[in-house]
Amino acid sequence: MIDFLLTPLSYEFMQRGMLASVMVGVLCAIMGCYVVLRSMAFMGDAMAHAILPGIAIAYLVKGDLLVGATIAAVIVALGIGFFSRQGSIKEDTAIGILFAAALSLGVVLISTIKTYALDLTHILFGNVLGVSISDLFLTAGLGLVVLVTIVALYKEFLVISFDPVLAATLRLPAELLRNLMFVLLALTIVVSLQTVGVGLVAAMLVTPGATAYLLTKRLTTMMLIAAAIGAFSSVTGLYFSFYVNVASGAAVVLTASVVFLVVFLFAPRRGLVWRR
Amino acid sequence: MTIQNSISEPGHLTVENILVAYNDHPALDDVSFQVPHGTRVAVVGPNGAGKSTLFKALVGLLPLRRGRILIHGLPLGHHKDCVAYVPQREEVDWKFPVTVSDVVLMGRYGNLGWFNRPGKRDGLIVARSLEQMGIANLAREPIGDLSGGQQQRVFLARALAQEPHILLMDEPFTGVDASTQEATLQLLDQLRKDQVTVMVSTHDLDLASKRFDQVLLINHRLIAYGKAEQVFTPETVTRAFGKHAMFLDKIVVDDCCPPEMFE
Repeated sequence: MIDFLLTPLSYEFMQRGMLASVMVGVLCAIMGCYVVLRSMAFMGDAMAHAILPGIAIAYLVKGDLLVGATIAAVIVALGIGFFSRQGSIKEDTAIGILFAAALSLGVVLISTIKTYALDLTHILFGNVLGVSISDLFLTAGLGLVVLVTIVALYKEFLVISFDPVLAATLRLPAELLRNLMFVLLALTIVVSLQTVGVGLVAAMLVTPGATAYLLTKRLTTMMLIAAAIGAFSSVTGLYFSFYVNVASGAAVVLTASVVFLVVFLFAPRRGLVWRR
Repeated sequence: MTIQNSISEPGHLTVENILVAYNDHPALDDVSFQVPHGTRVAVVGPNGAGKSTLFKALVGLLPLRRGRILIHGLPLGHHKDCVAYVPQREEVDWKFPVTVSDVVLMGRYGNLGWFNRPGKRDGLIVARSLEQMGIANLAREPIGDLSGGQQQRVFLARALAQEPHILLMDEPFTGVDASTQEATLQLLDQLRKDQVTVMVSTHDLDLASKRFDQVLLINHRLIAYGKAEQVFTPETVTRAFGKHAMFLDKIVVDDCCPPEMFE
């Protein structure tokens, strides 16, 4: 049994992959609590796809892919905020437009690259086993920025999410905080690219948070439970991927989905099974 | 430590000629009035008359197209924590994962400022506010598990914890049990001692005339403002409520009551 757990870790690429996945799993899960509570799942998914052109441009100019993705993600985050703030179109419409436009631009740019198919697969579904040391540092750095901000602005984010009217009476800069939250979401997505890729990041954002929501009625507890589920899914998924030889990002997401299903059915008091 | 201490000067509220509109449809137009500190005002009008809009403008949630609102003689925004707002219950997301004491603690956030964590004093104020509203035993309950009356008390407790100079309550008497209604009225008496200015929107015109100092009758425009017996005349009531209202033995009946809805 011990061997079963230790063997994969004797490979350096597995150690790095494991570390990256756990960091991303935890980060996505905590940010994901706000995604679940503020109904931003669609936005998270859209943002993930919308950073493709950033990655493609970075690739074409031989720059750092994560830097390109970060810039694109922040532009898209603020773009969605800008278009929906005017009130002339609804937020989900603004997301839909930007999402499709940016995705198309990304595909156009990527299709000019020769090794197109392989690169696109890595971007879409992640390549956790190809994580380098510098990727790890970047993941840890960006992740830390996001987590510290979430902790430092806990009160403010709680109020703008739960009670916008109170936020107004407290004279909180709601618009600024909302945009900041979009930017944090964008950074989280960028960090996740390596492990689960553009296509699956929405699941890592939503599934652990939604699972935790079924188990508690306090935001801090929800964040901790979600983080634990995120970490557990990452580790389990990676082992699964190592032994069964399947795509790692998908294995991680499937693990999280199974956890959700189990909790949905058997959660104390709220589970489907007990409610019958 | 008490609410009295937080009131350093007499608060008064001045509304001058305000225009508030949703997408070019004026919801309130040319409304002016003045509320001396410590006064208890009932805001009355038919559905869609702009009662909620008025409150939202008073807390700065809706922009003024024209006119101005002064609190203690200064425009909105200069008084971080002196206006508290108790929302209609329909406006709250009851599925949000917060407990009763979490919600009441939010009332202290205005005093805390950025990055600061609530301290012992905030905890004491929260405990006292819960006690005052008779819901101390529910402190750790998720808000989604409460009854309608209990939910209302949570937001009243939060308003208390804010130690406001001006308290706005949107339809606190709609859809709650008699004991919550009584608890709300007792809270109003308590606040009067503390010289807090209170504005309450209600459909209950009888309550408005019996338990409030002043009545503000609106229907997009200000129709009448003053003591109940001056405000409720057949002429003003017809102007506010149209033909739907009638006088039954000096009691006005209107055809309420679904909550006002705004985009």
